[in-house]
Amino acid sequence: MSETSGLSTAKGPLIYRQSVWTRVTHWIWAICLFFLLLTGLQIFNAHPALYIGQESGFEYENAILEIGAINTDAGPRGQTTIFGNTFDTTGVLGMSGAAERPTFTAFPGALTIPGYRDLGTGRVVHFFFGWIFVATIFIWFVASFVNGHIRRDIVPKPSDIAGLPRDVVDHATLRFKHGRSYGPLQKLAYFSVFFILFPLIVLTGLTMSPGMDAAWPWLLDIFGGRQTARTIHFVVMLLLVAFFIVHIVMVLAAGPFNELRSMLSGWYRASPGTPTVEGDRP
Amino acid sequence: MSRLITRRNFLRSSAVAGSGLILAGCDQFNFLGDKTNPVRHVMEQANVLTYNVQRTLIGDQTLAREYSASEIRQGQRPNGSTDPSTPEYTFLKMQNFEPYRLTIKGMVEREVSFSLAELRNMPVRSQITRHDCVEGWSCIAKWTGTPLGPILDMAGVKPHARFCVYHCYDNIQRTLSGDILYYESSDLVDAYHPQTILSYGLNDQVLPVANGAPVRLRIERALGYKQPKYLHTIELVDDLSAFGKGKGGYWPDQGYDWYGGI
Repeated sequence: MSETSGLSTAKGPLIYRQSVWTRVTHWIWAICLFFLLLTGLQIFNAHPALYIGQESGFEYENAILEIGAINTDAGPRGQTTIFGNTFDTTGVLGMSGAAERPTFTAFPGALTIPGYRDLGTGRVVHFFFGWIFVATIFIWFVASFVNGHIRRDIVPKPSDIAGLPRDVVDHATLRFKHGRSYGPLQKLAYFSVFFILFPLIVLTGLTMSPGMDAAWPWLLDIFGGRQTARTIHFVVMLLLVAFFIVHIVMVLAAGPFNELRSMLSGWYRASPGTPTVEGDRP
Repeated sequence: MSRLITRRNFLRSSAVAGSGLILAGCDQFNFLGDKTNPVRHVMEQANVLTYNVQRTLIGDQTLAREYSASEIRQGQRPNGSTDPSTPEYTFLKMQNFEPYRLTIKGMVEREVSFSLAELRNMPVRSQITRHDCVEGWSCIAKWTGTPLGPILDMAGVKPHARFCVYHCYDNIQRTLSGDILYYESSDLVDAYHPQTILSYGLNDQVLPVANGAPVRLRIERALGYKQPKYLHTIELVDDLSAFGKGKGGYWPDQGYDWYGGI
């Protein structure tokens, strides 16, 4: 690790930033989450309502979200009720497709796999990718613990917290630093995904299994019931979709070629002035 | 340099292909709905894995959670068939289920059958449990009946029997070539589970027709479609391929997983 001169060139050094474990698990997750999202929406469409508690209130009210279609004088409309507030969502939620031949599903067929109602197939595909997703999480945690990725890049250090305000300003003004490790906001984002969102979406998914509820009844207690777990599963899905959107925007803003190269080959062009170490390429 | 350009072209074309995938909706994955598709067949193996892992993880005698009486806040929501129209069932219903008999047959030492009165005279078990529908909803209710295990022992299950097939009066699907009758099946772990009861009572009342009168099987560690209503015969077998489309149940024949514990 002999540091050579911190000579500033027009180009920063090419550094080996992403290990093969990080890259392979990244792309497996990308595929898994694509199928898990679209089959998850298929499964949701079978009963498009979310509740708080152990059970679903049919003779009392414990729903926080309901998507459906109603008949009005002007014909059928799609509507969504969130926390008691009803919105007309015709064309997107509850009713979508061609005006003369609408389909009455909560999420439109363009967002589900298969593109028509098929709960059985949605479950087959969801559980297949669920297993791969969980196995990949396990592999990532073991590999990233051993190779130091978690300690170095994921868990925020006190200096990251101190550098947070500066990093927020840098991001807001689109001035990105491409260093050896991640910046404070990056660390916070990935820490939240790996240590909060991924465990939550797996455990709430398991809580929906009546078999797992017998094996691990504490699942029902920590999430406050099977229906609350189903609601949390849905909310975490929304947060992961939000993460995905920000992730793509940041890749585009920070330089899509360099970012994609690092996630494919591992090599990443650091900012000019980044001190070089042995193993870097010019 | 040429390598770089190649890579750049690769990235560009994968970005175009990726966005096309999203823009075109997901109809290109509709082939997964074809139950003969080999890719789907591979994916279905995940359900076999789930079954084996859960059987290892969950003790055979481990109970599903039971709730308190105060947690029964509504009636049990009926789903699927709510009033079968087969002549046999219509006749039984008119007779207030007096002539009803539950038969245990197949790979047993002796075929046995019981009237409703005989079932009610057997040891009673009541349990307040959560019914989880495959659609996603749940409903808590009190189920009363007699455990299935001792009844199977009365018939004497032969050593090579592996499954119980549950035959029902329920004509869940009516087609031009006749009615398709509901059936389900389970392994012997679920059949002998202490909470697996032949239920004839719901929320301290006689089991209503909409919920499966006169007898509905409860398998509490599985989804609602594994709890056959309008049950009349339990057949011990070592192979499920002879029934329906061979997947072990009406809904499994439609592409749902057979185990139903997830």
